[in-house]
Amino acid sequence: METATDKNELITRLRAEILSLQGMRVASHHKQMGTGLGPIQDAFPQGAFPVGAMHEFISTDQGQSAATSGFMAALAGFLMKQDGICLWVGMQRTVFPPALSFFGLAPERVIFIDVKKERDLLWMIEEGLRCQALSAVVGQVQEIGLTASRRLQLACEQSRVTGLLHRINPRSMNPVAAVCRWQISPLPTEGQNELPGVGHPRWNVQLLKIRNGQPGSWQVEWQNQNLKSIITQDSQDKGELLQVG
Amino acid sequence: MARYVSIWFPHLTTDRLVLKRPELAGTPFVLAAPSRGRVVVKAASAQARGCGIMEGMVVADARAVLPSLEVIEDDAELAEKLLNALAKWTLRYTPLAGIDLDDGLILDATGCTHLWGGEMAYLKDIVARLKGSGYDARAAMADTIATAWAVCRYGKSERIVAPGAQLDALQALPPMALRLEQITIEKMYKLGFYQIKSFVYIAPSVLRRRFGQALLDRLGQALGHVHEAFEPIQPPEPFTERLPCLEPIRTAPGIEIAMQKLLEMLCSRLAKEGQGVRKAVLKCYRIDGEMQQVEIGTSFASCSAGHLFKLFELKIPTIEPALGIELFVLEAPIVEPLGEQQDQLFNLGAANKWVEIAELLDRLVARAGPDISHRYLPAQHYWPERCTIEAATLKEQPQTPWRIDRPRPVHLLPEPQRVEVSAPVPDYPPMLFRYQGEVHKIKRADGPERIEQEWWIQEGLHRDYYTVEDEAGARFWIFRLGHYQDDNKPEWFIHGYFA
Repeated sequence: METATDKNELITRLRAEILSLQGMRVASHHKQMGTGLGPIQDAFPQGAFPVGAMHEFISTDQGQSAATSGFMAALAGFLMKQDGICLWVGMQRTVFPPALSFFGLAPERVIFIDVKKERDLLWMIEEGLRCQALSAVVGQVQEIGLTASRRLQLACEQSRVTGLLHRINPRSMNPVAAVCRWQISPLPTEGQNELPGVGHPRWNVQLLKIRNGQPGSWQVEWQNQNLKSIITQDSQDKGELLQVG
Repeated sequence: MARYVSIWFPHLTTDRLVLKRPELAGTPFVLAAPSRGRVVVKAASAQARGCGIMEGMVVADARAVLPSLEVIEDDAELAEKLLNALAKWTLRYTPLAGIDLDDGLILDATGCTHLWGGEMAYLKDIVARLKGSGYDARAAMADTIATAWAVCRYGKSERIVAPGAQLDALQALPPMALRLEQITIEKMYKLGFYQIKSFVYIAPSVLRRRFGQALLDRLGQALGHVHEAFEPIQPPEPFTERLPCLEPIRTAPGIEIAMQKLLEMLCSRLAKEGQGVRKAVLKCYRIDGEMQQVEIGTSFASCSAGHLFKLFELKIPTIEPALGIELFVLEAPIVEPLGEQQDQLFNLGAANKWVEIAELLDRLVARAGPDISHRYLPAQHYWPERCTIEAATLKEQPQTPWRIDRPRPVHLLPEPQRVEVSAPVPDYPPMLFRYQGEVHKIKRADGPERIEQEWWIQEGLHRDYYTVEDEAGARFWIFRLGHYQDDNKPEWFIHGYFA
């Protein structure tokens, strides 16, 4: 029996090593992310959100784009905790800073970089990712190739800064060197206690790719600065319908 | 101890004309301008002078001497313009250069000559280059401006007056060398004072009685008892470093090395004085006389050579070395005291974290221009376009908390866009709206939230905002502009997307 537990320990340790070789080092204590992700947490290898890596988000229309911004703001809020600073780089900024505070991200801790020339965009994202003092870098791009994304991923691995790359309306879903690919779509909300009106933001969070993890899809609601799973049959049906349509 | 150089261009305007119109070289010509009803020669070329045509002659007389003489109209401001350009060119020899109307320059060469290998080499280099470019020039160096001026124009052979030897140098010169008024000079000639040595030993009180205080002042300036000021064309920067190059630099690595050397010199000096750079300018003087300049700014006072070099490194591609750069000058026009200032910012544990971010922003700004980085603070306005204010510095913290009691969209359109709606009853949210050719049927809605124009800022109609959700679950922020009235239907706009 003793050998069996030894073996198990050995395997766990080796798994952790392999993960770190693949660019998903286990977060050091002070950079570990909070547990605000709720049900999604289990999908990640070893149950820990991969920090210090690139996350790719894909959105195809305005609604998805807004939902993705909300979700990214929530993630950045978790990553920054109380004292972090986040860089938000993009060409055409539509993000409304005051709204970020709804998602637990203090707007004054976000530095927006409005890039004017496309050739500067990736350079600036990379430069941000190389800066260890930042907690997260959000980059809004349209197209990005594999080579460029690999540069960004390597910068992340070196500096342990988390990169959130938002691809808005990409022409093709070409593979990029990110550890996760997410797609966030809005879901119809439900008023509390059967009341009319718009409820808390609801999203269908799809984790399309995750290195060494378990891809999946979740219906979640943003409530009291936390993600909560919603399990009502009604919303699940709607979510599936959405995916089909 | 100060050392001054006086440069004299005996034929400034005619030299310039020959340079501009090479066909004039070797021909007799004069520059002339009307004066008191006659046309008078202002400057004559070498050939014209050879035939006895002098400055101040009437052109008609000059024509009588030499019928083939070409007369060209004189530009009265040309000399000053030329001298200004030449003074700028001489900035490579010293940071302090001034013009001396009508035909000379003054350089403060204190502490500069060793870079050229001594005073003689310094002067020779200046004169050789000026002659090489087509200007006849003479130069002299002395402890005082007045002596340099005198020796330059009236000296026989020796061009460099040794420190403290002004009196010896002046002895044999005529009184004109002291820049005296015409009337004083005439008086002196009448009395037989043909050389300075014949009156310089006379008691000052006697000289003053005869010739006035002006003569004593001029003598004092020449001998160094009275200070003489001159106006440099460019005020000196207190923090400046210079790097002359033996060989012209033409490559990017060469420029990098020069930058690093200059920055190390500047930063070690700044660090000693507890100052940091906010703005720095690198000037590259090329051998063809042009000057290339790059500028960087920092968001906080920095005396870290590594950081400043990174900012300059981004600008290297914009420097055109052409045939080569022979002198680099690094100036720091804006410096600020380094302080313990930034520790409080963002409540960061470590101050160096802040410095890292500020350095990152400097790099981004250096690459793409100053208006790319923004940080926002809450402003006390309900009107959505006015509810944020840009933070002036990285240090600034919000005075009031961000409001989250009202729904606000995560994406706000830069301009509200028109939508077509079907609304059942006034003040009810619409049943559907059409935006960009797509019909959104509204399932759920909240509102209205009325936001009034702030009349003291801007006139206009109020907006009634609704939060609406369509069948697919997308959430929008739409508003109606103004009231429903009998005759007109109000316009509807979409202003944002909720997450």
